[in-house]
Amino acid sequence: MSVRGGALMLVTALAALLLLPFVAEKFYVQFATKVLVMAIFAASLNLLVGYTGLVSLGHAAFFGIAGYLLALVTPQYEAADLWSSLLLAVGAAALLALVVGALVVRTSGIYFIMATLAFAQMLYFLFHDTSLAGGSDGIYIYVRPQANIGGWRPFDLENFRHLYFVVLAMFVLVLGFLRALVDSPFGRVIAGIRVNEQRMRALGFATFRYKLVCFVIGGALAGLAGYLSAVQFGVVNPDMLGWHLSGSALMMVILGGMGTLPGPVLGAVTIMLLELGFQSLTKHWQLLMGAVIVLVALALPQGLAGLVALPGTARARDDG
Amino acid sequence: MDIVTFLIQLLNAVQYGLLLFLVAGGLTLIFGIMGVINLAHGSFYMIGAYLAWSLSEQLGSLWLAIVAGVALSVALGLLLEWLFFRHLYRRDHLYQVLLTYGLILIFEELRSILWGDDVHGVRVPEVLSGSIPLTDTLSYPVYRLWISAVCVGLAALLYFVIQRTRLGMMIRAGASNREMVQALGIDIGLLHRVVFALGVALAALAGMLAAPVSSVFPGMGNQVLIVCFVVVVIGGIGSIKGALLAALLIGLVDTFGKVVELEIAGFGVLPELAGMSVYLMMAAVLLWRPEGIFGRRLA
Repeated sequence: MSVRGGALMLVTALAALLLLPFVAEKFYVQFATKVLVMAIFAASLNLLVGYTGLVSLGHAAFFGIAGYLLALVTPQYEAADLWSSLLLAVGAAALLALVVGALVVRTSGIYFIMATLAFAQMLYFLFHDTSLAGGSDGIYIYVRPQANIGGWRPFDLENFRHLYFVVLAMFVLVLGFLRALVDSPFGRVIAGIRVNEQRMRALGFATFRYKLVCFVIGGALAGLAGYLSAVQFGVVNPDMLGWHLSGSALMMVILGGMGTLPGPVLGAVTIMLLELGFQSLTKHWQLLMGAVIVLVALALPQGLAGLVALPGTARARDDG
Repeated sequence: MDIVTFLIQLLNAVQYGLLLFLVAGGLTLIFGIMGVINLAHGSFYMIGAYLAWSLSEQLGSLWLAIVAGVALSVALGLLLEWLFFRHLYRRDHLYQVLLTYGLILIFEELRSILWGDDVHGVRVPEVLSGSIPLTDTLSYPVYRLWISAVCVGLAALLYFVIQRTRLGMMIRAGASNREMVQALGIDIGLLHRVVFALGVALAALAGMLAAPVSSVFPGMGNQVLIVCFVVVVIGGIGSIKGALLAALLIGLVDTFGKVVELEIAGFGVLPELAGMSVYLMMAAVLLWRPEGIFGRRLA
């Protein structure tokens, strides 16, 4: 596809997203909000998996911890301040990613997968088994955070349309940031690490530090998604940290096409639609989801992006 | 803690550690020989436990249930290897993670459809149902001792097969150089099938043995899987020796972590936090040796 074709598609998609809340019913707007949040989450994981070659199976830890932070700083029947709580939540996710990353980035390959999963599950059990934050029931957030700038409140998150636009803005910001990041010299180094880490080290790059920085950025962005999810649903529980969410995000990345920017977004949309469809069919929808996942792993190594050649798919890895 | 309580906890720790070794040993063997990370390994443990419950209800005997259950799980292992795993040997770990994650979802739902979501107890066979008195007031269940004995026997058998038999020689050779083994005329496909079925059978057997002690409940497989990952990370991937050492270590840390009341700087530590002790141990090992105690140095 030509550059112009790609740009046209991007503008059309953005226009459709901007128009959506004016034409769609509440349910669909809320569903779209949820999809955008998951797309941010999947894109943050893709930075690790698709661009750096770090297959993390514990990414939900950073999503969940940020959600929990909002719940913990929100007073019972009052609103938290959006800016400070957002900063705190994303900061906490980044800090956690720094600590976990410093340990797990020392390993590679299959070890990395196991260690990330184990640390994430440790956090899951910490919240699930202790009375630290509501145990297995989690905590409700009765009032959504307020966005105050001085005395002015530019939007109200209790309004589903306002919430949608805020999430959309975050989504665009995150994708723009990731685009800039992967196109920067930093992005070239991590791409080099994915292809051949020894060579990059031989060239004099401190690969450990690059991978750690990547892990922290990925964790912080996952935290942003977790924060937005907690705002939308008004509740946090240990499942937000659980490995089903990590697995689901990995599925989005691979199904959509990893190592591409539109890939995880496409994956998030597809998975969420499938989930919605399967749930309406049967109580045992995970059976169908499992079958789809198995089929994708066996038959679709390049993901959907490999089928329809989206803009930027030239970056897709072909070393599988 | 008096000496008898200590002894009881020590026996519990060793029994848990040995059982963990059966599951983790299969996981590390499958990775070491076939290069496949199998997230669904914990599901085989769960399937074993449910088979023990369901078959012993049907057949009226846990012994028969175990024999039939091992046969069924070997058959299941061979079927899964043929359907899915043989396509994964040369693929990126990412696809192995994805496929086996999909299998977990399928197994969990099939379990729910076939056997429901209730927790079930499994009765200990008559012969093993007593307990051995340690003092006038404390005694230790025979069944738990029996599990430990069976696990020790299996570990010894595994060691013998791998170190002393022709099959073991092929397995070790296959782990270090697949092409060479193939060039020597050994059927590598058959070798993979044998190793995979062996791993599945060990995990399922561990589930069957554990069923009367831990009862049978949804999600039990994933719980075990995570701990097995910790075992493998600590012990070093592909190392049976490492898996045994790490499993016993985790048995001790986990069991005593729950009993010994910790007090740090005058504050009692929440007993629930004891569950984190094994992960702290993993963190310490990663700092010290990222490749695990008996792991090969990573490039």
